[in-house]
Amino acid sequence: MLPRVLTRRLDTRRGSSDQSSAPHAARVSGDETQLLSRLLAGDEAAFAALINRYYASMLRLARLFVADLDVAEEVVQDTWLAVINGLASFEGRAAIKTWIFRILVNRAKTRGMREARSINFSSLTTGSKENATPALDADRFSASGAWHDPPRGWGVDSPEDILQRKEALQLIEQEIATLPPSQQAVITLRDLEGLTSDEVRNVLGISETNQRVLLHRARSAVRRALEKHFTKG
Amino acid sequence: MLTCEQLTGLVTDYIEGWLPMRQRFRFRLHVALCRSCRRYLRQMRLTIGALNGLPRQPLPPAKEQELMHRFRAWQRA
Repeated sequence: MLPRVLTRRLDTRRGSSDQSSAPHAARVSGDETQLLSRLLAGDEAAFAALINRYYASMLRLARLFVADLDVAEEVVQDTWLAVINGLASFEGRAAIKTWIFRILVNRAKTRGMREARSINFSSLTTGSKENATPALDADRFSASGAWHDPPRGWGVDSPEDILQRKEALQLIEQEIATLPPSQQAVITLRDLEGLTSDEVRNVLGISETNQRVLLHRARSAVRRALEKHFTKG
Repeated sequence: MLTCEQLTGLVTDYIEGWLPMRQRFRFRLHVALCRSCRRYLRQMRLTIGALNGLPRQPLPPAKEQELMHRFRAWQRA
C-alpha cells in the first residue's frame, strides 16, 4: 500500500540527515506549507503519511496520561478527527506537528483527569546550577570530580550504526518506556519528534527549567543503557 | 576549572546551546583537554542521533482505514 511506503521513505530521510544537535529545525517551514496545502487539497497520501508518521509517539504520549490502552487509542483517533476538522482554520502559527501534539496532550489530559491521573512535571529538585542533575553514578568519579571509571568506546561511528542494530533499538525503546512519564513526554517530543524546546514547553505546559532537567535526565538514561549494551563482556 | 563530573551534568545544556558564554567556554576548554569527556560528549550526540532516527511503528490498518474514511468524508463535505 502506497502510504506505508511513503512513511518509510520519510523515516529514512529523517534518520540519515541528522548530524547536528538541532536536527529538525531547518526543515519545518517550506515542507510545512507544502504539507498543509496538500492536506487542504485532500491529498490522501499526505494524510496517510502524516497519521502513520506520528502514531507511535502520539500513543506513547496519550498513555502517559491515561492508563487504559483502549482509551489512549481513542484519544489518538479523536485527535486526528479534531485535526481533520481544524485543518481549514489552521493558521500556521505553529508547526503542524506541534499543533497536533498540543491537541493530543490537551485531550489526553482531560481524559486523564477523569481517571484521576496526572503527570507531575513540577516536583523536581533543583540543585546548584553547576551540576543540577547527575548524569551518572557518583562512583564513576573520584572525590575530586575527575573520571574514576571513564566511558569506554562503543565501537560505533554514527547514529546509523546504532539504528542498524535491532538489539540496540529495542533497548532504546525499553529504556524510554521505563523513564518517569514526565521524562518520556519530553524526550518523545524533543528527540523523537524533533520539536524545538519552545514547542515542547508549549505542548506540555512546563517551565524552561523543568524541560531542561527532564531532557537531560532522559537522554542521560538512554546513554547509560546504550553504554551498558555496547561495553558489556 | 570544570570537573569531569560537572561536565557530564552540563552536557545537555551545552548541546542545546543553553550555556551562557562563559560556561560554554569553560566547557569547550575542558573537552579540548580531556579525552574521556570528549568521548562522553560524542556518546551523548550518538544517543541523540539514534533517538532522532528511531523507526516508527505505523498505525494499525483498521485505524488507518477509519481515519482515511473520515478524511475522505471531510473532503467531500
